[in-house]
Amino acid sequence: MPRSDLGLNPQAVRRARTLARQVGRPVVKLARTHTTVSVERAVLRLAGVAGADPDGIPWVNRLVDAVGADVGLQHGVALPVWDAMLTGRHADLTELAQKAATGGVRFRIPEGADSTRAARLATRHVRAGIRSIDRRRAERERMVNKIGDAPRKPWIYLIVATGDIHEDIPQAQNAAREGADVIAVIRSTGQSLLDYVPEGATREGYAGTYATQENFRLMRAALDDVSRELGRYVRLTNYASGLCMPEIAALAGLERLDMMLNDSMYGILFRDINPIRTFVDQRFSRQVHARAGIIINTGEDNYLTTADAVNEAHTVTVSQLLNEYFAKEAGLEDWQLGLGHAFEINPDIPDSFRLELAHALLARELFPHAPLKWMPPTKHMTGDVFRGYLLDGFFNLVGAMTGQGILLVGMMTEAVVTPFLSDRDLALQNVRYVMNAAGNLHEDFHPRQGGFIQQRAQQVLTEAVELLERIAAEPGRAPLLDAIGDGTFGLMKRPATAGKGYDGVVRHAPGYLNPATEILEAGT
Amino acid sequence: MTAQQDAKDKRILRPYGDTTGDGMVQVSFTLPMPHDKRAEGAAQQLANKMGLDPAMVVHAKPMGPDFTFFVVYGRANHLVDLSKVTVVEREYPLLTAKEVNADIKRVLRRKLVVLGACIGTDAHTVGIDAILNVKGFAGEKGLENYREIKVVNLGAQVLVAELVGRAREEKADAVLVSQVVTQRDAHLKNTREMSAAFREAYPAGRAPLLVVGGPRFDESATTELGVDRIFGRGTTPGEVASYLVHAMVHGRARP
Repeated sequence: MPRSDLGLNPQAVRRARTLARQVGRPVVKLARTHTTVSVERAVLRLAGVAGADPDGIPWVNRLVDAVGADVGLQHGVALPVWDAMLTGRHADLTELAQKAATGGVRFRIPEGADSTRAARLATRHVRAGIRSIDRRRAERERMVNKIGDAPRKPWIYLIVATGDIHEDIPQAQNAAREGADVIAVIRSTGQSLLDYVPEGATREGYAGTYATQENFRLMRAALDDVSRELGRYVRLTNYASGLCMPEIAALAGLERLDMMLNDSMYGILFRDINPIRTFVDQRFSRQVHARAGIIINTGEDNYLTTADAVNEAHTVTVSQLLNEYFAKEAGLEDWQLGLGHAFEINPDIPDSFRLELAHALLARELFPHAPLKWMPPTKHMTGDVFRGYLLDGFFNLVGAMTGQGILLVGMMTEAVVTPFLSDRDLALQNVRYVMNAAGNLHEDFHPRQGGFIQQRAQQVLTEAVELLERIAAEPGRAPLLDAIGDGTFGLMKRPATAGKGYDGVVRHAPGYLNPATEILEAGT
Repeated sequence: MTAQQDAKDKRILRPYGDTTGDGMVQVSFTLPMPHDKRAEGAAQQLANKMGLDPAMVVHAKPMGPDFTFFVVYGRANHLVDLSKVTVVEREYPLLTAKEVNADIKRVLRRKLVVLGACIGTDAHTVGIDAILNVKGFAGEKGLENYREIKVVNLGAQVLVAELVGRAREEKADAVLVSQVVTQRDAHLKNTREMSAAFREAYPAGRAPLLVVGGPRFDESATTELGVDRIFGRGTTPGEVASYLVHAMVHGRARP
């Protein structure tokens, strides 16, 4: 680490990372020895299975369910599915899925030479999917070089969400013309709890638009057009979270999405999704993101919307450290870690701005090479849009002073109404003014030795190390799971054997095969 | 007469800018037209039609080629007649999470137990999750996030018998049921079946509060359906929590 502006003790920083590794490792071991229905479905999606039955249930769900019913998922779907392809007469995987759905195929676990042949064929098909992710990544790099990149950091991140992809498209294009470098399409309420990915272009969502492969494709194509028009590559974001995290990651890679929300614990704490399901799904999805050159955004801002942003500031640091460990273990590089944090301290308390500055600087110093994602105030936006506008200005100022990589533009209408066109325009003027006026302030600004900001940052780091030590001291083989189970994070107790999606978690049997994981881990 | 009394007795008011009776207000809006002289005239016209006269267009700014944003100050020629102000009263006051927690602590001296489920074949947990999950709805955190509320969310397709059993097991104070699917009035049938089962299983007046919610319910049909409260589309967790506290304080919850 370069000379510390905050006077952080390098030993404390090392200690924090060691503890995060120590706490995270048993969870990774769990993730390596379990699979989930969604991981298996993602394997099939990479092999090219697409489409859905007349009820809208995707063929990947049908096929995984059929395999599960016949032989269980403990060996993975690859062996039984490609064995069936080799031994039966099926035009392609989709036809196999259709037959399996009506009970027309019996699956078995092949052995000996049959198993070797099935594995080889499965690997070949899955590799084709991963090759297209590779091509999409190369395409992005080519486009960024040819068209041009966002002209400055932080990248300006704006949200669209109408529920109708055909309404989202012109909104997103307009937002890009107004200055957005990154467009996020918010998902429909409740999609995270669907155990399948909807199909096709969708026009009906609740407070957001469904994440589907076709919606991804349509929006990316629209942003490609506007990127060429504007002479800068406009990035697209969606959410790899909830019960279908691995599949959505695969679809994002296949459709050249550029950033994905992907937190290690958000689904567990905020959506009551089973912890093991989440960690297994997450490792696979992050391996896909790593390969696809996708930048992940983590969800630490959420902690501060439920907990006090001063007292619980250290939980953000702990979560960032855990997210970093899990991300790197899955193969993501520093430039892909959009670690989250937020401006959520109650503006009525004295020195709230100095505290915000201290917290943001701490994240900057702990993760010097990560493009941090800086989230605007939400909790203390009251409907007084004038006060909210000022608060957003101070949020932007912290962003400018601490070199944030991705700045989610704060709206004065937060918690009031969906922003008007004019609200978005005002919000962007606010960002531009602050960046123009103070964007280089970090060159001059260094907190005073032993002063308020230094002391506060050091204190938060100390509390983070203490919390990690408490987690590490939990009994049991996976202390992090115990800590999540007994309510260490927020008020929520999330036991490892409860929560949504637990019935979709399966322990590997000897001989489990997942060609996608093997290709992704080997980097071939 | 003090200024306060003065305001109280007055029946007719005008907006206040910086002088009593000046009627001054400030508004901002966008017109879908390019910014030019005509646009400012158009803004002036709209302001006049809104009852602002004189109206000053103090700021006009183009937003892209097709839109212009305006800020207008002007004198509103409308009067407020206080005798004709009507306010729709909710039967319970809206409380903050802090107040909800404090009331539960004071009245119950233990956590309020809330059981939630989607019953029948309904697999749409969107509604119940919006109310219960920490994530919440419309910027409000769900009941899970209330320190003094214990939430047990049974999820989708829960059988009525199972719901009653769990309610007894957990000593639930309130049972929240969400019904989205309305084919052949399934939501009404399921709700009646549920409330009947609770009436059967509990001594009179001892059953937990029964609350149903969904987009197609008539909020006034509580007696007909045998439940204590019905919530419609757009209900937020804070409204449900406030109602539960209100009902509890007024003696409809287990002591």
